[in-house]
Amino acid sequence: MPRRNTLVFIIVLMLFAFAISALIYPLFGRESIRLGLDLQGGIHMVYKADLSQVEPGEEASVIEGVMEVMSNRINPLGVTEPIIQKQGKDRIMIELPGIDITDKDKERLSRVAILEFGELAADEEEAKWENELGRWKPATALIDGEEKALTSRYFKENTYIDRDDLGRIELLFEWDEEGSKLSEIITGRLIGKPMGIFEGGEPLLGEDGIPIAPIVQSTIVDRGVITGLSYNEATSLSKQLNAGRLPVPLEILYDQTVSPLLGADFIDMSLKAGLIGIILVMLFMIVYYRLPGVLASLALIFYGALVLAIFKLVPVTLTLAGIGGFVLSIGMAVDANVLIFERMKEEFRTGRTLGAAIEAGFNRAWTAIRDSNVTTIIVCIILYWLGSSIVASAPVMGFALTLLIGVVISMFTAIVVTRTLLRLFVGSPVAKKTSLFSAYLGRK
Amino acid sequence: MMFDIAGKRFRFFLISGVVILIGVISLVVFGLRPGIEFSSGSMLTVNFEQEVDQGELKQELASLGYANAIIQRTGQGDFFIRTGELTGEEKAQLEEALAARFGATTEREFYSVSPMVAAETAHNAVIAVAVAAVGVLLYITWAFRRMPNPFHYGTCAIIALVHDVVVVLGIFSILGGILDWEINLMFITGVLAVIGYSVNNTVVVFDRIRENLRKGVSSDFEVVVNNSLVETLSRSLNTSLTTLFVVLALLLFVGASILNFAVVLLVGIIVGTFSSLCIAPSLLVVWEKGEWGRFVRRPARA
Repeated sequence: MPRRNTLVFIIVLMLFAFAISALIYPLFGRESIRLGLDLQGGIHMVYKADLSQVEPGEEASVIEGVMEVMSNRINPLGVTEPIIQKQGKDRIMIELPGIDITDKDKERLSRVAILEFGELAADEEEAKWENELGRWKPATALIDGEEKALTSRYFKENTYIDRDDLGRIELLFEWDEEGSKLSEIITGRLIGKPMGIFEGGEPLLGEDGIPIAPIVQSTIVDRGVITGLSYNEATSLSKQLNAGRLPVPLEILYDQTVSPLLGADFIDMSLKAGLIGIILVMLFMIVYYRLPGVLASLALIFYGALVLAIFKLVPVTLTLAGIGGFVLSIGMAVDANVLIFERMKEEFRTGRTLGAAIEAGFNRAWTAIRDSNVTTIIVCIILYWLGSSIVASAPVMGFALTLLIGVVISMFTAIVVTRTLLRLFVGSPVAKKTSLFSAYLGRK
Repeated sequence: MMFDIAGKRFRFFLISGVVILIGVISLVVFGLRPGIEFSSGSMLTVNFEQEVDQGELKQELASLGYANAIIQRTGQGDFFIRTGELTGEEKAQLEEALAARFGATTEREFYSVSPMVAAETAHNAVIAVAVAAVGVLLYITWAFRRMPNPFHYGTCAIIALVHDVVVVLGIFSILGGILDWEINLMFITGVLAVIGYSVNNTVVVFDRIRENLRKGVSSDFEVVVNNSLVETLSRSLNTSLTTLFVVLALLLFVGASILNFAVVLLVGIIVGTFSSLCIAPSLLVVWEKGEWGRFVRRPARA
C-alpha cells in the first residue's frame, strides 16, 4: 500500500512541523515550557491555620479570609503567576515561581501581626527581645479583663508615608477601636520612656541601622507615627500593613525556597544531559542497526520534538525530576524500535523478503511492546497518585507525568513513524543495497 | 548454541546470593537513613565565595549547636547542611554566623519539612509502594494467564523483582553508612521506576518462552528457556544499554539534586537486566525440574 504509506508519511511530517513550530512560536497563549520551582527558583510553602479559637462552622470563611490577606501581601512582591490554594480543611499552599525573596519578606507573608510593640523589662522579668538598647517585653494592657499585647493587628489598613519637617521618612498609621484603648493605657504609662518596635524576633531598624525606639512624649490615642525608616523599607512595610491582618496564626508545615540562580544552572545542565543522552542513543542505534538505526534516530528526533511540544501545550510543569523522566524515556523510547528490529532480523533469517520481514517484525513485536510498557504505565499512574496525596509532590508528579507521556508517545513513534520511514525505503532503490541492512540482518 | 545461560543458573544464584547477603548485613548494621521528607528537618544549600573546608564547616556548625548536622559537598562546590527543623529566625542566625566565619555566603536553596508533613509523606509513600506491588502482581497474573503454569511464571517474576529491590536497598544502606546518603521521595520514585523496568524485561523473556513452548521447539524445558534467552538477548542488552546511556548522562550532568535518583536507576537497570536474564528464567527451570534440593547439596554425579 504505497499510496497509503505516503499519506501517513505526509501526516507525520505535518505533525513534526507542527511540533517544531509549537516549540518555537507562542501557541494557545503559551510562550515557553512552564518550569517548576526547582528550575526557575521561587518559593513553595504550606501553612497550617490554627483554627482552635474559631467558632465551629466558621472555619471555611476564616481560611478564605487568610487567603485573601495572603494574596494582598503577595501582590506587591510582583510575582507573575502566584498560586494560593486551600488544601484540606486547614491548610494553605502558596507557590511563587521565579521570585527571589528575602527571608524578611517571606516571614511577613504569614505573620499575624507584622509589628509588635515592646517596653523595657524589669530585671526580674522575662525578656522577649534583647538588643543594644536593653531587654524588652511585649507592651500589654488589660482590656475587658483580658491581657492584650499592642501590635499592628490593631492598625487600620490605611497607613501611608510622608516626610517630617526635617525630611525624615514617616510611616503614619491609625489605631482601630481596640487599638486606641490599648494605646491610650500603654502610652499613658510609658511617658518619658522608650517604646520598642519589633518585627518577629528582630527590632525594627532605622535608615541608620539603629533600632527604632522612640521616647513616648504624650498619650497616643487615635494615630501614631514611626519615624526614621529608609524609604524602601517604609514603602514595603506600609504595603504589607495595608494588606490586612490575618485572622488566625499560621504555622509553616513545609518550606521550599530556591534561588533563581540555582535553577538557571540546572536548566543548563539538564539540557546538556538530554542532548548527550539522545546523541549517545542515536550513535549506538546507527552503529548497531545501520540504516534502520538511522531511521530510528530520525524517529527519536521526532519523538523529542513531539514530547516537548506536548509539555509546552498541555502545559506540563517541568521540574528537574520531570526532565529526569523525559531523559529516561528517551532511552526507553528506542526499546520499541529495538524489539521490532530484532524481530525483523529473525524473520529475515527465516527466508522472508526484506519487505515481508519488516511487516512481520512490526506485527509480531507489537504484543511484546504493548505488554512491556504496561508495567511502566501502571507505575507512572501510581506515582502520580502518590504525588497528588502529599505536600512535597512536585518531583514525584513531574517524573510520573513526563515518563507516562514519553512511554505513550514512544509507542506511537516506533509503530507509526519508524514503520512509515522503513516502508518508504523498501520501495526505493536504496533497499537494493543490502549492505545497509545486512550487517544487522545477518544474511549474506 | 552460542550461549548456555540457563545451564549456569546455580552460578548466577551464587552471585546474587552473595550480593544480597552483603546488602542485608548492611541493612541490619547501618539501616537506611530517612531524608527530611520522611523524618522532618531542614536542609540548607549554601555557596561560599571563598574556599571552605568541610571539616572546618562541621566544627563551626558544632560550635553553633548543630553538632548533629550532616554536611555534604556537591559537585558545584555548594554545601548541603541538614539539620533539625529550623525556624526562620534560627536559619537567619545560622546564615549570619556562617557569613561571619567564612565570608560572603549565598543561600542557594532552603528546604524545610515539619514532622506532620513528614509523617504523612512516609505514610503515603508506603501505601503507594504497596499499591504498586499489588498492581504489578495483578498485571503479572494477567500477563501469564495463558501459560501452562501461570503461577510459576508470576512467582518467578516477583522473586526477580524483590531481588532487584533488595539489592538497591542494600547498596543504598551501604552508601548511607559510608557517605550519609539518604532515602528521599526521589529514591522511592526511582525504586518504583526500576520495578516497572525489571518486570518489563522479564515479561519480554517470558513472552518468548511462551511462544517457543507453543511452537514445540524442544521437549527439554531447559533448552526452550535457553533458546528464548538467546533470542531475546540482544534486545535485552541493547535496551538496557540505551537506557544506561541516558542515565549516565543524567548522572554526569544533572548532579547533586537528583543524584540519588540517578544512582537508583543505574543500579536498578543493571540488576534488573541481570535478574530478568539470569534469575527469573533460571528459577523457572529449577521449578520445572524440581531441583530445589540443589540449593543445599551438590548433585550426585550421574
